[in-house]
Amino acid sequence: MATIVGSVMTSHVPSIGNAIAKNRESDPYWKPFFDGYPPVRQWLGKVKPDVAVVFYQDHGLNFFLDKMPTFAVGAAADYRNADEGWGIPTVKPFRGHPDLSWHLIESLVADEFDITMCQQMLVDHALTLPMALFWPGGGDWPVRIVPITMNHVQHPLPSPRRSYALGESVGRALASWKEDVRVLVVGTGGLSHQLDGERAGFINKPFDLMCLDALVDDPRKLTRYSALDIVREAGAQGTELMAWIAARAALPGRVAKVHSHYHVPISNTAGAVLALSNDGPLARAA
Amino acid sequence: MSSKRDYGIPGTPIFDGHMAQKGYALNAMCYSFNSADNRAAFKADEDAYCRRYALNDEQRAAVASRNVLQLIAAGGNIYYLAKFAGIFGLDVQDVGAQQTGMTKDAFKQMLLQAGR
Repeated sequence: MATIVGSVMTSHVPSIGNAIAKNRESDPYWKPFFDGYPPVRQWLGKVKPDVAVVFYQDHGLNFFLDKMPTFAVGAAADYRNADEGWGIPTVKPFRGHPDLSWHLIESLVADEFDITMCQQMLVDHALTLPMALFWPGGGDWPVRIVPITMNHVQHPLPSPRRSYALGESVGRALASWKEDVRVLVVGTGGLSHQLDGERAGFINKPFDLMCLDALVDDPRKLTRYSALDIVREAGAQGTELMAWIAARAALPGRVAKVHSHYHVPISNTAGAVLALSNDGPLARAA
Repeated sequence: MSSKRDYGIPGTPIFDGHMAQKGYALNAMCYSFNSADNRAAFKADEDAYCRRYALNDEQRAAVASRNVLQLIAAGGNIYYLAKFAGIFGLDVQDVGAQQTGMTKDAFKQMLLQAGR
């Protein structure tokens, strides 16, 4: 069976891509954000995952409104990034893990999650920037990926409760995978932010800090909110929190906080990262 | 078409089925701006490009205005509109400042304040 080493959840704001491309990590504006990542990289270097299962949202690169899956699972041999229209540099392609993808798909459908299956999938900044933050330098990616997208473009959105259940189901599927691979579960987006409307620029630090605590010790607490509650509390685009909830729910055992970091603002967003090790019965020593 | 609903969250558009249906043509055009060739074609002949995507009068006027709240009212979704804004070199802070009626500096100051 697979070993889930833990989870890293992180913001994925597009301007991070420009900051990396222009080597601005040490600029006064960016340093307080990028300072959150070295401890995460050190931990990743220790636990050495082979595969990253990534919960994220597509922002109009792969999916349009003609067909908008609530949840979609990639089953491709490789995944490319592409031009998103506003000029952040593209990154190297990612290797997929089709066998594991199909195993997850079969397990999820058997578990009554009627997901969409994708043998071709462009991956946008919500997947590429977290990978660039975890493994900087622009070299070959050290992990293969299984992308899982969650609709947050068009309401109705999946609820926090459903997102949690999806993550749990992915965690169970990983536990029954035949191969001994080391899996990192990633959740991307957030935290609070709003891009549209007269409330643009809305950030809710107390709510974010509550979420960062709850995700460690009491993640089910977040399932009491509706999707619209999350819009109200975390901003219209703060619903990306759903990917963090799913990633957390995939960790089956005892969880310990490796590192967390919170900084406001990056662009219009509360920037955050949270790394959790999975010390439960499924985890083995690194 | 389904009717417009009020979700009771002030200043916060909810892009639901009604808006997705209303804004389909506008969003389809903005989605096309993932391609550099399409961005260039729009810049070369904006009228022709909008006609190709069959924008209605409200959407065409909103595009001409470059006004984000007007584009949202015409059915635009912020993620596709961001690609439209990108053509003019506008970032999400420009877009936020415009919608809130602030200068960009004042908008940035508000964001800094939110972190304290």
